[in-house]
Amino acid sequence: MVAIITNTDEVLASAEQGTSLWSDAWVRLRRNHLALAGLGILIFLAIVSLLTPWIAPYGYEAQNLALGATPPSWQHWFGTDIFGRDLLTRVMYGGRMSLMVGFVATGVALVIGVLWGTVAGYAGGRVDAVMMRLVDILYALPFMIFIILLMVVFGRSILLLFLAIGAVEWLTMARIVRGQVQNLRRQEFIEAAYSLGLSRWRIVRKHLIPNTLGPVIVYTTLTIPSVMLLEAFLSFLGLGVQPPESSWGLLINNGVETMEEYPWLLIFPGLALSITLFSLNFLGDGLRDALDPRTSKD
Amino acid sequence: MALLKVTNLKVWFHTRNGVVKAVDDVSFSVDAGQTLGIVGESGSGKSVCCYSLVDLIPKPPGKIEGGTALFNGEDLLTCSAQRMGEIRGNDIAVIFQDPMTCLNPYLTVGEQLIEPLLYHRGIKRPEARLQAIDILNEVGITNPERRFNSYPHELSGGMRQRVMIAMALIAEPKLIICDEPTTALDVTIQAQILKLLRELQQKRQVAVIFITHDLAVVSEVANDVLVMKNGKVVERGTTAELFANPKEEYTQKLIAAIPSGVKPLTESVPKATPLLEVNHLRTWFRDYSVGLFSSAALKLERNIKAVDDVSLTIQRREILGVVGESGSGKSTLGRAILGLAPRTAGQIIYDGQDITQYSARQMKPLRRKMQMIFQDPYASLNPRMTIFETLAEPLLVHGLANRKTVTAQVLELMDDVGLARAYIRKYPHEFSGGQRQRIAIGRAIATKPEFIVADEPVSALDVTIQAQILDLILELVNKHNLTMMFISHDLGVVRYIADRVLVLHRGKVEEQGITEELWAAPQADYTKKLLGAIPRFANAGM
Repeated sequence: MVAIITNTDEVLASAEQGTSLWSDAWVRLRRNHLALAGLGILIFLAIVSLLTPWIAPYGYEAQNLALGATPPSWQHWFGTDIFGRDLLTRVMYGGRMSLMVGFVATGVALVIGVLWGTVAGYAGGRVDAVMMRLVDILYALPFMIFIILLMVVFGRSILLLFLAIGAVEWLTMARIVRGQVQNLRRQEFIEAAYSLGLSRWRIVRKHLIPNTLGPVIVYTTLTIPSVMLLEAFLSFLGLGVQPPESSWGLLINNGVETMEEYPWLLIFPGLALSITLFSLNFLGDGLRDALDPRTSKD
Repeated sequence: MALLKVTNLKVWFHTRNGVVKAVDDVSFSVDAGQTLGIVGESGSGKSVCCYSLVDLIPKPPGKIEGGTALFNGEDLLTCSAQRMGEIRGNDIAVIFQDPMTCLNPYLTVGEQLIEPLLYHRGIKRPEARLQAIDILNEVGITNPERRFNSYPHELSGGMRQRVMIAMALIAEPKLIICDEPTTALDVTIQAQILKLLRELQQKRQVAVIFITHDLAVVSEVANDVLVMKNGKVVERGTTAELFANPKEEYTQKLIAAIPSGVKPLTESVPKATPLLEVNHLRTWFRDYSVGLFSSAALKLERNIKAVDDVSLTIQRREILGVVGESGSGKSTLGRAILGLAPRTAGQIIYDGQDITQYSARQMKPLRRKMQMIFQDPYASLNPRMTIFETLAEPLLVHGLANRKTVTAQVLELMDDVGLARAYIRKYPHEFSGGQRQRIAIGRAIATKPEFIVADEPVSALDVTIQAQILDLILELVNKHNLTMMFISHDLGVVRYIADRVLVLHRGKVEEQGITEELWAAPQADYTKKLLGAIPRFANAGM
């Protein structure tokens, strides 16, 4: 009996601290070592990127034409490119750009897509039809023309790049979320929430969105790499980042051209991108499990 | 010699959380032409026991740890996968619970029927077709030539279950395993299917293993009964013997748990002002298969009349039972009253206010007073919210608690519905069906409502749990002075709980009256048919 009472007291204490999906998810995530490692690596990369201007060994445009392309050495850990620029420095600056594009554009896509999809799926009927036809129209718009138009009108800027990528990536997210929500909407717990007198906004926020998180997280971890590669593609077309600035996508593109003579120019940026993607996937899987209370707690 | 003789069967599941002894040392035998009923609550191992005989359990985690199962002298547990395939195709057939999901929606009924003939027997298609039509005819499907080319969705639940039986019979098996074949069906359909099974069995002299949780059904069909609990056999005997004189406590408990008897009439209810009055309520849904350009008259005629001109009154502190088969509109009626389903016409007066045209905002204060308990305790709780969050939400939304007092109030609610306080931080999936239904009930009474619509609140639960939940509902009704509309397809349950009953058929009220009067002297033909279809113990040992 005593044991039960103490147990209840503990439970009460923790209940008063506020129990929520997210705090429970954090407890579960901490048990998943792979996901934690992924999170650690991502944090490390983010810190390095933030501090790059101060800790980079060389300037990103410092050339040493006499040096040319050299393999990794003590002076240049990752070697140098054909202009004699330090590759480590360029990978660090590139990471800044790629991570920023990846996370900001995906974040934009995530927020717009989830909200749009949830509202459309939950409202149903005409609202849904109008909202989703708009998505279809944007889908049908040729992406390249859209980007080029933006560039012509507003000039070239990084901000625009985020906007353009985000504006395209949220469409798929909205569709995925809408499908999920349409299934959820017919479930009795949504009806129960409505009959309790909850406002629609609260139902969307507390009951619908948390239950769509599984596929959303998986899709997000897929979006981040595709956004990074899209940036490389746009840069290659001259619309995104321009040398001497760099990004991982650009570096890999350049590396591919000289793969046979100077393999390190491909290996190191490629490695950086792969490690990021791996970490993201592990973290994404871990998050998906952690956010689903049905995966066992112990 | 017995057709099937199972001795000391052990099936264990090796899960991450340890070994679950799903079937632990079970022995039984079945003779040709006999029916063995296996009774037990969910999780008792009754299905695993039979599925392991025909190698239909997932392995791993399942593993047969010991025992023998001699079928015609051949051990089913040790035979090769290929031989097992032959046995499943020819000698043993299985009829599953849910006729809605067991047929492939993309193939016609006939195609699925003749498949075993084409592939196991090498019979040519035209001849197989004739055989299939014969057997459809035998299981009582009218117009079998046409039905041969129908898709499953074109058939009703009862017809689909007949098709499932036809599929089981077409290979002329010696043993049929029926796993809750009538649980998903309405009582009148259930009665037909049980009769059909009995007839076919006598005609063909097959052995049947009939798995069910419903004791009344077993008493109607089985010669011998095996009662299982937690993987073990609790009691066995001939049907007549076992029901007349159950020896084990658990069997007695199971039999006692069947809702029987009548609710004593509540003390005279003041007739003056009914709490709820529904006048000529209609809920029609448009049939979208009618062309856009058809005449308005055709559109009107083809509307699906889920609720059609229903009038009723509920007095304060009264429990009105609403009975009907699936598709009778009973759920839609409850939902329409609460504004969860559209109302096409009619009037709803709650506590003197005409709420028919109320907007969502006007309804909000009323939502506190009118609540709903849903059928499926697995779907009606948000899987990502703890019990605390689920129960606290209505209190916070309606301003009945603040952040400081909410925990105490939630704990009080948990006491009310009989949930241990220590569960407060758990998620729905960690609970059994009965416990979840307690949570759902707790959520419904959280706002101290006056009126509750309970939509089949116990039909997804085992009998013993069902009895507990019914008693809980009665207790809460008395304690909190609730008025309730209790919707159910189970007449026994309604008789146990309701003061008055309303019988609904195809959206219309067939009959209504005081429960016991209606039982004693049903007026409408439909009510008579419905009451006649209930399986009863009286027929035990047929």
